[in-house]
Amino acid sequence: MKRMQAWGRVYLLVVFAVMYMPIVYLMYYSFNSGGAMHDFQSFTLKWYRDVLSDDRLLIIVLNTIVVALLSAAVATILGVIGALAVYYVKRQRTKNALLALNNVLIVSPDVIIGASFLLLFTIAGIKLGFTSVLLSHIAFSVPIVVLMVLPKLEEMSPTLIDAARDLGASHWQVLSGVVLPFLAPSIWAGFFMALTYSLDDFAVTFFVTGNGFSTLSVEIYSRARQGISLSINALSTLLFLFTMLLVIGYYVLSQKGGRLYGIGGRK
Amino acid sequence: MTERAWRNWYLIPYGIWLVLFVIAPIVFLLYESFLDIDGHWTVANYENVLTPIYLKMMAYSFWYAFLITLVSLLIGYPTAYWLTKTRHKQLWLLLLILPMWVNLLLKVYAFLGLLGTYGLANALLQTLGIGARQLLFTDFSFVFVSVYIFIPFMVLPIFNALEELPPSLVDAARDLGASAWTTFRRVVFPLTLSGVKAGCQAVFIPSLSLFMITRLVAGNRVITLGTAIEQHFLVTQNWGMGATIAVVLMIAMAVIVILTGSGRKEGSR
Repeated sequence: MKRMQAWGRVYLLVVFAVMYMPIVYLMYYSFNSGGAMHDFQSFTLKWYRDVLSDDRLLIIVLNTIVVALLSAAVATILGVIGALAVYYVKRQRTKNALLALNNVLIVSPDVIIGASFLLLFTIAGIKLGFTSVLLSHIAFSVPIVVLMVLPKLEEMSPTLIDAARDLGASHWQVLSGVVLPFLAPSIWAGFFMALTYSLDDFAVTFFVTGNGFSTLSVEIYSRARQGISLSINALSTLLFLFTMLLVIGYYVLSQKGGRLYGIGGRK
Repeated sequence: MTERAWRNWYLIPYGIWLVLFVIAPIVFLLYESFLDIDGHWTVANYENVLTPIYLKMMAYSFWYAFLITLVSLLIGYPTAYWLTKTRHKQLWLLLLILPMWVNLLLKVYAFLGLLGTYGLANALLQTLGIGARQLLFTDFSFVFVSVYIFIPFMVLPIFNALEELPPSLVDAARDLGASAWTTFRRVVFPLTLSGVKAGCQAVFIPSLSLFMITRLVAGNRVITLGTAIEQHFLVTQNWGMGATIAVVLMIAMAVIVILTGSGRKEGSR
């Protein structure tokens, strides 16, 4: 039994090593004065200077963050409303139908979501660019917020609401004073999930982005297709540090909520 | 507003979202799949899908998705299992899924360096005496990078399922004289099957639609359904054909979801 444990440790260690290998590799070579991801020559900060002086790239980073924050905020509001809507539906059949529709965007492959949204925006006459990217990020984040808030809502004791109503609270007072505070951890978790979905999305954005507008994933894709450039490595190091900050925030929040919510949706 | 009016009010914004972004896109996709490249009505797209070229591509696509899922499961299950045995398991779990937050494209890009001719992988092979190989732009690199990307999606639901397994059941099996392996095979694995199903769904479905990995590290050698859809929509501009493949993929997906049950819902929390 003891020996099994030891092998388990070794196994985990190997898995962790492989998981972190690409990230460490990217970071390490971001300091390489030679222009490739092999043959480390000497230490340089040149690539970081390149990234920080590249206005186009900085605008793209800003775009990505603005789209992520805005879409996550709107999706969270819509998602909470959606969760309440599903919660209050009394007929089980209607409830299941709503949930099935809700899950369509979670189980669909990105390429299909991207292609169908491209069709939607073209038919609706919406110009491809910021608006179309923002709308699609909102659209694919809503269902995950619903799925994260709904279980918490179902968990809530109805006596809590009855008590508030007996004491004369209006629906709005019940909502803002009892229900929303109770849901707060899952709402925050949903917000962070939507944020990471948006930051990470490539395929959907790739379909609905026009010529003038780009997000980081799309930009990295087009640069990577041209070959290796160490400024991407420098950028990735900076992004990783930023991500760490986000994750620490998320971790603290999810600890409050009791468990790691909803990680593992689609890609 | 009365209580009832409030309840109905919630349905309005959510309903609008459902109609606009869930129902309408599917309807448009269906509609588009019956149009040819000039916008005339046709069923030629569906006839095309049934030609050997597309059928072969579909078979390949499913084969690769199956392979990716299988390898992810073989690596992911033991990982989840040993994770539950560690002391600070929540922290280790977080560390394992941390790479998930690194931009997908950056991870794929990293493999261009790692698997390249002068990259770490080849250096390793050389020290082992195997000698350098062409790793990039092969089927191997496609499966490897895909598994790398999807492994957290496999580990997470299995981890959750293992966590929910009552330890007393394992103790009971051991007390009754079952060996460690028998206990695992007859007690632990069957009881965590919901997590396995959820993980397989979370890996298999997106595997069908990868196109950036096929383009970047598989050098267009592997053409999946995802690649074909992207090609038709963004390169050749034959939206009708792209939509048809998307419809076929959607039907296939629905079948998979129905066949594997609703495990995903439990596991994705």
